[in-house]
Amino acid sequence: MNATQTNSALNTEFRQDFAIIADWVKLGSKVLDLGCGDGSLLNFLRGSLDVRGYGVEKDDSNVISCMHNNINVIQMDLESGLSGFEAQSFDVVVLSQTLQAMHNTEGIVQEMLRVGREAIVTFPNFGYWRHRIQLIAGQMPVSEYLPYQWYDTPNVHLCTIHDFDEFCVNHSIRVKERRVLTDDGRPVSFMPNMLGSLAMYRLQSR
Amino acid sequence: MSDSTSVGIVAAQTAHFSEPLQLKSGEVLPQFDLVYETYGTLNADKSNAVMICHALSGNHHVAGKYNEDDKYPGWWDNLIGPGRPLDTNKFFVIGLNNLGGCHGSSGPSSINPATSKPWGADFPLVTVEDWVASQARLADHLGIKQLAAVIGGSLGGMQALQWTLAYPERVRHSLVIASAPNLTAQNMAFNEVARQAIITDPEFYGGDYYSHGVVPRRGLRIARMLGHITYLSDDAMGEKFGRKLRDGKIKYSFDVEFEMESYLRYQGDKFAGEFDANTYLRMTRALDYFDPAVEYNGDLTAALAKAKAKFLVVSFTSDWRFSPARSREIVKALLDNELAVSYAEVTAEHGHDAFLMPDPHYHNILRTYLQNIEIGGAA
Repeated sequence: MNATQTNSALNTEFRQDFAIIADWVKLGSKVLDLGCGDGSLLNFLRGSLDVRGYGVEKDDSNVISCMHNNINVIQMDLESGLSGFEAQSFDVVVLSQTLQAMHNTEGIVQEMLRVGREAIVTFPNFGYWRHRIQLIAGQMPVSEYLPYQWYDTPNVHLCTIHDFDEFCVNHSIRVKERRVLTDDGRPVSFMPNMLGSLAMYRLQSR
Repeated sequence: MSDSTSVGIVAAQTAHFSEPLQLKSGEVLPQFDLVYETYGTLNADKSNAVMICHALSGNHHVAGKYNEDDKYPGWWDNLIGPGRPLDTNKFFVIGLNNLGGCHGSSGPSSINPATSKPWGADFPLVTVEDWVASQARLADHLGIKQLAAVIGGSLGGMQALQWTLAYPERVRHSLVIASAPNLTAQNMAFNEVARQAIITDPEFYGGDYYSHGVVPRRGLRIARMLGHITYLSDDAMGEKFGRKLRDGKIKYSFDVEFEMESYLRYQGDKFAGEFDANTYLRMTRALDYFDPAVEYNGDLTAALAKAKAKFLVVSFTSDWRFSPARSREIVKALLDNELAVSYAEVTAEHGHDAFLMPDPHYHNILRTYLQNIEIGGAA
């Protein structure tokens, strides 16, 4: 009974970004997923790589979903930092499509690199051509990865791939690897800041 | 009123233990009784047992009623029953009265077999560690080698934590609710005031009031009134009573003027009529003394290294006597040890009392966690 419940409650559609994250995580790693939602990513990594995972989540119903899915979940607000976690106590700390909704953007990236030996950050690329066209047409962009209207969006710190590259240089963060995807999950290598909609970074402290 | 999710009519049982129990204080309890209740059915491989550890004033009557006419069910009835969060269709639930209690287990008000008189002041001071040791004896008595879970709130949460340290192989899940890894100085200070109220009551007689045919009612009453202030949040008290006058106008007297006073006096009187003062003293001391990190130079992470169980830690936002920050200390130490742990911080306005309330989200957390506990055989 538990197994079927677990599967049906999770987002089972194939996620290219999950596959790339899995590619960056070593077998049996200890992973902290910040803003883990219903625990889909950790469940995927547990199944494919036998990771020991913990999720951090603020939302009550997501916390219940994680428990339902047998994911270790710590209920807390990321804005208050990661003081409940020891330095270098995780192999990887993931922040998946949440960076743009954080107020304390610099703080969370620094905290991730304090707690984890490596950090994985993914975010919607504001420089994506569809976003640019909408701006030229005089409207705030709405897309696959930015599905909100300007008045109801939780996103407060949107950036482009170019911006984030610069952020890493200015904050002594080493970009170990970067992948950029289109809306339908295909990799982009040519003009990524124009043609890519999801940016994925593998980061280390310098 | 019959309710298909109630455990229904229950009865207490008593287990006698004739093997001496070495206490942390150095004293030895030559023999003792524990009174307990059970709900649900122990499965064939005895893998579905859940022990409920009570807090300061709790006892073994956790769920159900003794007869249809009982006004109130057990103290955590809203949690336990067929279809309730702690589902008795799945689990075999054990509630007991701790040593030093006043509801049937050996304690200051029970008869000392050596003297045939109430123990009174002679009953030793018992600790959380002693309670857990005695609870393990009760599990032995019931033929249970390993508990599926141990659950406790407040002082009960300390026992749930202690189980995982004293008997790491004997407990699979520990649910530590509205608790703390030790008491803060402020928290202990409330206990000291409560004890002083009792001890300085002229009818306390050094704890041997039984032989004088009296009880230190005034002291116990004040102790309980103080406790109730700390179990509620400022907001909850404000919402419940505010500055409401009982008779609509000020009377310029020291009688009950405000509704809040009426509530505190009622709670104090009720408690003083049914609880034993010597037990109250001992329960507060057990709270004060619990500090698993003290043997590790205050390093809670080192103290919890022995644990093997999976944990659920729950706190309540308005609980200032056992604040979320204290629960997060436990969570951090468990994380440091790479133990399985989930932590929920429930938005609640009822203060420390929230852990006994049937808040839907809180109960959903417990239900979801408990549903995922695996048990062998057919329950």
